[in-house]
Amino acid sequence: MASFYGFEPDLPLFLGTALYPSPAILAEAVKLSQAEVVTVSLRRESGGEGAGQAFWSLIRDLGVKVLPNTAGCHSVKEAVTTAQMAREVFGTDWIKLEVIGEDDTLQPDVLGLVEAARILSDDGFKVFPYTTEDIVIGGRLLDAGCEVLMPWGAPIGSGRGLNNLYGLRTMRQHFPDIPLVIDAGIGLPSHAAQAMELGYDAILLNTAVAKAGDPPRMALAFAEAIRAGRRALEAQPMEQRDMAAPSTPVMGKAFLA
Amino acid sequence: MTLLLNGQPQTVSAATLAEALVELGYEGKIVATAVNGSFVAARLRAGVVLNEGDRIEIVAPMQGG
Repeated sequence: MASFYGFEPDLPLFLGTALYPSPAILAEAVKLSQAEVVTVSLRRESGGEGAGQAFWSLIRDLGVKVLPNTAGCHSVKEAVTTAQMAREVFGTDWIKLEVIGEDDTLQPDVLGLVEAARILSDDGFKVFPYTTEDIVIGGRLLDAGCEVLMPWGAPIGSGRGLNNLYGLRTMRQHFPDIPLVIDAGIGLPSHAAQAMELGYDAILLNTAVAKAGDPPRMALAFAEAIRAGRRALEAQPMEQRDMAAPSTPVMGKAFLA
Repeated sequence: MTLLLNGQPQTVSAATLAEALVELGYEGKIVATAVNGSFVAARLRAGVVLNEGDRIEIVAPMQGG
């Protein structure tokens, strides 16, 4: 069971809280997903508004841990300041660190990410960096103080699954003892199961559940897929081969030609 | 004086950030603040004197992925 800064969830699913049809459906999806961690964010609020306060009340009632993000930040300074604000508002030193480098793909600016990760780690944050499958950058993030790495499966919200299987497999092999989380791009439970079968330690997703026709049902499907993928890994899958190998014994077969 | 509050011009009579939060209706709400791009912790707001044109950001919890 992987440990994320000392936290060992029974089901390694971090679920996003955005884009649901209603707060009630969000709450139901979180319950059925069995996720023990949900991601949250910060946005401007005027004095007369209460949306943020109501949302925070709903999340607290769910009794889950929160992982605030720095979504939408394009610079180190923005990300660091947002993290500081999030720590105060949410009362946690966990931060899902995003420093976006390109708007069409929402690909991380990995150079800015490393710099921000170092600043925040030195300031006592427990950083969950949204990164790519680049193992050199992964090493730099660990040097900067990160104890978890979160490579993307595919661009955020794309639902394309694991775009670079070779790169993700390499990352798993290169960092055998580091908790690795697939963050972003997951579209189907089968993608999540595949990531777990590869040996990843957790899945972070949002849109695949929130934008499903029935989000709570999809949340349950993801929970089952993640358990199945993890169990399959523990069961040590067979080796692939190119040619057929009969599973039914041929010895003793009746001669009927 | 006029501040830039969450990107919009806002006139206040408050002298400090803590007073401005009360004047603008944020009292008792869970928010975080920044002045001119730098985070200001809640415990330090009373000591932050505001100046004409200061950029104030006030944020609250929101859904996120």
